[in-house]
Amino acid sequence: MSLSDIRFMRRKVVLRVVSKILIPFILLFGLYVQWHGDFGPGGGFQAGVIFASAFILYALIFGVEQTRRAVPAWVTRSGLAVGVLLYAGVGVATLLLGENFLNYNALASDPIQGQHLGILLVELGVGITVCCAMITIFIAFAGRGRS
Amino acid sequence: MRIRNLFSVVILTGVFSLLGAAIYVIMDAVDVAFTEAAVGAGVSTVLMLGTLALTTREEKASSSRRVLPAALLSLVTGAILIYGTLDMPDYGDGRAPIHLHVAPRYLNDSAQEIDIPNVVTSVLASYRGYDTLGETFVIFTAAMGVLAIIGRGRRRRKSGTTGEADK
Repeated sequence: MSLSDIRFMRRKVVLRVVSKILIPFILLFGLYVQWHGDFGPGGGFQAGVIFASAFILYALIFGVEQTRRAVPAWVTRSGLAVGVLLYAGVGVATLLLGENFLNYNALASDPIQGQHLGILLVELGVGITVCCAMITIFIAFAGRGRS
Repeated sequence: MRIRNLFSVVILTGVFSLLGAAIYVIMDAVDVAFTEAAVGAGVSTVLMLGTLALTTREEKASSSRRVLPAALLSLVTGAILIYGTLDMPDYGDGRAPIHLHVAPRYLNDSAQEIDIPNVVTSVLASYRGYDTLGETFVIFTAAMGVLAIIGRGRRRRKSGTTGEADK
Protein backbone atom coordinates (compact mmCIF):
# COMPACT_ATOMS: atom_id res chain seq x y z
CA MET A 1 0.00 0.00 0.00
CA SER A 2 2.11 2.86 -1.21
CA LEU A 3 1.03 6.43 -1.55
CA SER A 4 1.15 6.19 -5.31
CA ASP A 5 -1.75 3.75 -5.33
CA ILE A 6 -4.21 6.56 -4.89
CA ARG A 7 -6.65 5.22 -7.44
CA PHE A 8 -6.66 1.90 -5.63
CA MET A 9 -7.42 3.63 -2.33
CA ARG A 10 -10.25 5.61 -3.85
CA ARG A 11 -12.23 2.43 -4.40
CA LYS A 12 -12.09 1.39 -0.74
CA VAL A 13 -15.56 2.27 0.47
CA VAL A 14 -14.94 1.58 4.17
CA LEU A 15 -11.85 3.78 4.23
CA ARG A 16 -13.66 6.59 2.45
CA VAL A 17 -16.70 6.54 4.71
CA VAL A 18 -14.77 6.16 7.97
CA SER A 19 -12.29 8.89 7.08
CA LYS A 20 -15.10 11.25 6.08
CA ILE A 21 -16.67 10.69 9.50
CA LEU A 22 -13.36 11.02 11.35
CA ILE A 23 -11.89 14.09 9.67
CA PRO A 24 -14.23 16.70 11.25
CA PHE A 25 -13.49 15.29 14.69
CA ILE A 26 -9.74 15.33 14.05
CA LEU A 27 -10.00 18.98 13.03
CA LEU A 28 -12.11 19.76 16.09
CA PHE A 29 -9.62 17.98 18.36
CA GLY A 30 -6.80 19.96 16.75
CA LEU A 31 -8.59 23.21 17.54
CA TYR A 32 -9.28 22.02 21.10
CA VAL A 33 -5.58 21.22 21.65
CA GLN A 34 -4.66 24.61 20.19
CA TRP A 35 -6.91 26.72 22.39
CA HIS A 36 -6.80 24.52 25.46
CA GLY A 37 -2.99 24.36 25.65
CA ASP A 38 -2.96 26.86 28.52
CA PHE A 39 -5.01 24.58 30.74
CA GLY A 40 -4.04 21.04 29.82
CA PRO A 41 -1.44 19.18 27.81
CA GLY A 42 -1.05 20.47 24.31
CA GLY A 43 -0.20 23.67 22.52
CA GLY A 44 0.54 25.03 19.12
CA PHE A 45 2.97 22.35 18.05
CA GLN A 46 0.76 19.36 18.81
CA ALA A 47 -2.33 21.15 17.52
CA GLY A 48 -0.62 21.98 14.24
CA VAL A 49 0.38 18.36 13.73
CA ILE A 50 -3.11 17.04 14.57
CA PHE A 51 -4.78 19.61 12.35
CA ALA A 52 -2.41 18.73 9.50
CA SER A 53 -2.98 15.01 10.00
CA ALA A 54 -6.62 15.47 9.03
CA PHE A 55 -5.54 16.89 5.67
CA ILE A 56 -2.92 14.16 5.30
CA LEU A 57 -5.56 11.49 5.93
CA TYR A 58 -7.76 13.17 3.33
CA ALA A 59 -4.88 13.19 0.87
CA LEU A 60 -4.17 9.50 1.53
CA ILE A 61 -7.73 8.47 0.78
CA PHE A 62 -8.91 10.97 -1.81
CA GLY A 63 -5.69 11.92 -3.53
CA VAL A 64 -3.41 14.92 -3.65
CA GLU A 65 -5.36 16.65 -6.38
CA GLN A 66 -8.55 16.71 -4.29
CA THR A 67 -6.64 17.94 -1.23
CA ARG A 68 -5.06 20.73 -3.20
CA ARG A 69 -8.57 21.87 -4.08
CA ALA A 70 -9.36 22.09 -0.35
CA VAL A 71 -6.05 23.74 0.62
CA PRO A 72 -4.39 25.36 -2.40
CA ALA A 73 -0.62 25.65 -2.48
CA TRP A 74 -0.71 29.38 -1.85
CA VAL A 75 -2.60 28.84 1.41
CA THR A 76 -0.05 26.46 2.93
CA ARG A 77 2.93 28.39 1.59
CA SER A 78 1.76 31.73 2.90
CA GLY A 79 0.62 30.04 6.12
CA LEU A 80 4.19 28.91 6.70
CA ALA A 81 5.34 32.51 6.70
CA VAL A 82 2.27 33.91 8.47
CA GLY A 83 2.84 31.75 11.54
CA VAL A 84 6.47 32.71 11.93
CA LEU A 85 5.66 36.37 11.25
CA LEU A 86 2.87 36.30 13.84
CA TYR A 87 5.27 34.91 16.45
CA ALA A 88 8.07 37.34 15.63
CA GLY A 89 5.52 40.14 15.22
CA VAL A 90 4.40 39.71 18.82
CA GLY A 91 8.05 40.15 19.78
CA VAL A 92 8.37 43.29 17.68
CA ALA A 93 5.11 44.63 19.16
CA THR A 94 6.48 44.23 22.68
CA LEU A 95 9.65 46.02 21.56
CA LEU A 96 7.59 48.92 20.20
CA LEU A 97 5.61 49.05 23.44
CA GLY A 98 8.84 49.62 25.32
CA GLU A 99 9.56 46.17 26.75
CA ASN A 100 12.08 43.47 25.90
CA PHE A 101 11.60 41.23 22.85
CA LEU A 102 8.82 38.71 23.59
CA ASN A 103 8.09 40.14 27.04
CA TYR A 104 4.31 39.93 26.87
CA ASN A 105 3.75 42.09 29.97
CA ALA A 106 3.54 45.14 27.72
CA LEU A 107 0.73 43.78 25.53
CA ALA A 108 -2.05 44.81 27.94
CA SER A 109 -2.46 47.20 30.83
CA ASP A 110 -2.40 44.25 33.24
CA PRO A 111 0.80 42.15 32.95
CA ILE A 112 -1.12 38.90 33.53
CA GLN A 113 -3.57 39.76 30.73
CA GLY A 114 -0.61 40.64 28.54
CA GLN A 115 0.98 37.27 29.23
CA HIS A 116 -2.25 35.47 28.38
CA LEU A 117 -2.65 37.37 25.12
CA GLY A 118 0.99 36.91 24.18
CA ILE A 119 0.95 33.17 24.82
CA LEU A 120 -2.28 32.78 22.85
CA LEU A 121 -0.89 34.63 19.82
CA VAL A 122 2.47 32.93 19.95
CA GLU A 123 0.92 29.46 20.18
CA LEU A 124 -1.35 30.33 17.28
CA GLY A 125 1.71 31.28 15.24
CA VAL A 126 3.42 27.99 16.09
CA GLY A 127 0.25 26.08 15.21
CA ILE A 128 -0.18 27.75 11.82
CA THR A 129 3.44 27.22 10.81
CA VAL A 130 3.59 23.59 11.99
CA CYS A 131 0.28 22.71 10.32
CA CYS A 132 1.27 24.28 7.01
CA ALA A 133 4.75 22.75 7.17
CA MET A 134 3.38 19.24 7.67
CA ILE A 135 0.86 19.59 4.84
CA THR A 136 3.49 21.11 2.56
CA ILE A 137 6.05 18.37 3.23
CA PHE A 138 3.53 15.56 2.84
CA ILE A 139 2.09 16.89 -0.39
CA ALA A 140 5.57 17.49 -1.77
CA PHE A 141 6.34 13.81 -1.17
CA ALA A 142 3.00 12.31 -2.17
CA GLY A 143 2.50 14.56 -5.18
CA ARG A 144 5.84 13.47 -6.55
CA GLY A 145 5.09 9.77 -6.29
CA ARG A 146 2.02 10.12 -8.45
CA SER A 147 2.26 8.88 -12.01
CA MET B 1 17.17 -11.16 13.21
CA ARG B 2 17.48 -8.89 10.25
CA ILE B 3 14.74 -7.02 8.43
CA ARG B 4 15.29 -6.03 4.84
CA ASN B 5 11.74 -4.97 4.20
CA LEU B 6 11.79 -1.22 4.77
CA PHE B 7 8.02 -1.11 5.13
CA SER B 8 8.27 -3.20 8.31
CA VAL B 9 11.16 -1.05 9.49
CA VAL B 10 9.04 2.10 9.19
CA ILE B 11 6.09 0.52 10.98
CA LEU B 12 8.38 -0.76 13.74
CA THR B 13 9.81 2.74 14.14
CA GLY B 14 6.28 4.03 14.58
CA VAL B 15 5.57 1.35 17.20
CA PHE B 16 8.78 2.33 18.98
CA SER B 17 7.64 5.96 19.06
CA LEU B 18 4.26 4.97 20.43
CA LEU B 19 5.92 2.94 23.20
CA GLY B 20 8.15 5.95 23.90
CA ALA B 21 5.03 8.09 24.23
CA ALA B 22 3.62 5.56 26.70
CA ILE B 23 6.81 5.78 28.75
CA TYR B 24 6.55 9.60 28.80
CA VAL B 25 2.99 9.27 30.10
CA ILE B 26 4.21 6.97 32.88
CA MET B 27 6.84 9.60 33.73
CA ASP B 28 4.10 12.27 33.92
CA ALA B 29 5.47 14.20 30.92
CA VAL B 30 2.11 14.38 29.14
CA ASP B 31 3.04 17.26 26.85
CA VAL B 32 6.11 15.45 25.56
CA ALA B 33 4.12 12.22 25.20
CA PHE B 34 1.54 14.11 23.19
CA THR B 35 4.19 15.44 20.83
CA GLU B 36 5.88 12.06 20.53
CA ALA B 37 2.60 10.32 19.70
CA ALA B 38 1.53 12.97 17.18
CA VAL B 39 4.87 13.55 15.50
CA GLY B 40 6.93 10.41 16.09
CA ALA B 41 4.24 7.77 15.73
CA GLY B 42 1.92 9.72 13.45
CA VAL B 43 3.24 12.20 10.95
CA SER B 44 6.83 11.01 10.61
CA THR B 45 5.67 7.43 9.96
CA VAL B 46 3.45 8.71 7.17
CA LEU B 47 6.27 10.85 5.78
CA MET B 48 8.63 7.88 5.79
CA LEU B 49 5.99 5.80 4.00
CA GLY B 50 5.82 8.61 1.46
CA THR B 51 9.57 8.36 1.04
CA LEU B 52 9.24 4.61 0.52
CA ALA B 53 6.69 5.22 -2.20
CA LEU B 54 9.28 7.40 -3.97
CA THR B 55 12.18 5.00 -3.54
CA THR B 56 12.01 1.25 -2.96
CA ARG B 57 10.53 -1.04 -0.36
CA GLU B 58 13.44 -3.48 -0.06
CA GLU B 59 16.84 -2.75 1.33
CA LYS B 60 19.68 -3.60 -1.02
CA ALA B 61 21.65 -6.64 0.07
CA SER B 62 25.06 -5.60 1.35
CA SER B 63 28.16 -7.74 1.58
CA SER B 64 28.21 -9.65 4.85
CA ARG B 65 31.92 -8.99 5.39
CA ARG B 66 31.15 -5.67 7.10
CA VAL B 67 29.11 -7.29 9.88
CA LEU B 68 31.96 -7.78 12.34
CA PRO B 69 33.31 -4.18 12.29
CA ALA B 70 29.74 -2.86 12.50
CA ALA B 71 28.94 -5.08 15.49
CA LEU B 72 32.20 -4.04 17.15
CA LEU B 73 31.48 -0.35 16.52
CA SER B 74 27.98 -0.53 17.95
CA LEU B 75 29.19 -2.47 20.98
CA VAL B 76 31.90 0.11 21.69
CA THR B 77 29.49 3.02 21.20
CA GLY B 78 26.93 1.35 23.46
CA ALA B 79 29.56 0.74 26.14
CA ILE B 80 30.65 4.40 25.98
CA LEU B 81 27.04 5.57 26.27
CA ILE B 82 26.37 3.31 29.27
CA TYR B 83 29.61 4.53 30.85
CA GLY B 84 28.35 8.07 30.35
CA THR B 85 25.14 7.35 32.26
CA LEU B 86 27.01 6.02 35.31
CA ASP B 87 27.54 9.40 36.98
CA MET B 88 24.16 10.80 35.99
CA PRO B 89 21.91 11.68 38.94
CA ASP B 90 19.24 9.15 39.91
CA TYR B 91 15.85 9.45 38.25
CA GLY B 92 13.70 11.87 40.22
CA ASP B 93 16.59 13.03 42.41
CA GLY B 94 15.64 16.44 43.77
CA ARG B 95 19.26 17.53 44.05
CA ALA B 96 20.05 16.89 40.39
CA PRO B 97 21.58 19.99 38.76
CA ILE B 98 18.67 20.36 36.36
CA HIS B 99 16.26 20.82 39.26
CA LEU B 100 18.38 23.47 40.97
CA HIS B 101 18.84 25.97 38.14
CA VAL B 102 15.81 27.89 36.83
CA ALA B 103 13.19 25.19 37.29
CA PRO B 104 12.25 26.11 40.90
CA ARG B 105 11.79 29.74 39.92
CA TYR B 106 9.50 28.84 37.03
CA LEU B 107 7.45 26.48 39.19
CA ASN B 108 7.17 28.96 42.07
CA ASP B 109 6.54 32.17 40.16
CA SER B 110 4.54 30.98 37.16
CA ALA B 111 1.26 31.21 39.07
CA GLN B 112 1.84 34.87 39.99
CA GLU B 113 3.62 36.05 36.83
CA ILE B 114 1.71 34.22 34.10
CA ASP B 115 -1.26 32.63 35.82
CA ILE B 116 -2.06 29.78 33.49
CA PRO B 117 -2.56 26.28 34.91
CA ASN B 118 -0.17 24.48 32.54
CA VAL B 119 3.35 25.43 33.60
CA VAL B 120 4.77 23.63 30.56
CA THR B 121 3.00 26.10 28.29
CA SER B 122 4.12 29.09 30.33
CA VAL B 123 7.74 27.91 30.19
CA LEU B 124 7.56 27.10 26.48
CA ALA B 125 5.73 30.15 25.27
CA SER B 126 6.75 32.83 27.75
CA TYR B 127 9.88 32.13 29.81
CA ARG B 128 11.52 30.29 26.94
CA GLY B 129 9.85 32.24 24.15
CA TYR B 130 13.13 32.73 22.31
CA ASP B 131 13.73 28.99 22.08
CA THR B 132 10.24 28.30 20.80
CA LEU B 133 10.63 31.07 18.22
CA GLY B 134 13.82 29.34 17.11
CA GLU B 135 12.03 26.00 16.89
CA THR B 136 9.30 27.54 14.77
CA PHE B 137 11.95 28.90 12.45
CA VAL B 138 13.50 25.42 12.24
CA ILE B 139 10.16 23.95 11.11
CA PHE B 140 9.70 26.81 8.65
CA THR B 141 13.19 26.16 7.27
CA ALA B 142 12.54 22.41 7.01
CA ALA B 143 9.42 22.97 4.94
CA MET B 144 11.28 25.50 2.78
CA GLY B 145 14.07 22.98 2.25
CA VAL B 146 11.66 20.25 1.17
CA LEU B 147 9.92 22.69 -1.17
CA ALA B 148 13.24 23.78 -2.65
CA ILE B 149 14.44 20.22 -3.24
CA ILE B 150 11.35 18.29 -4.37
CA GLY B 151 8.47 20.75 -4.21
CA ARG B 152 8.45 21.89 -7.79
CA GLY B 153 10.13 18.92 -9.45
CA ARG B 154 6.99 17.47 -10.96
CA ARG B 155 5.80 20.66 -12.54
CA ARG B 156 9.14 21.39 -14.17
CA ARG B 157 9.30 17.92 -15.63
CA LYS B 158 5.80 18.23 -16.99
CA SER B 159 6.65 21.39 -18.90
CA GLY B 160 10.03 20.07 -19.98
CA THR B 161 10.69 16.60 -21.32
CA THR B 162 7.51 14.57 -21.27
CA GLY B 163 7.03 10.89 -20.64
CA GLU B 164 9.03 8.61 -18.34
CA ALA B 165 8.87 11.30 -15.67
CA ASP B 166 7.75 9.42 -12.58
CA LYS B 167 8.12 5.75 -12.21
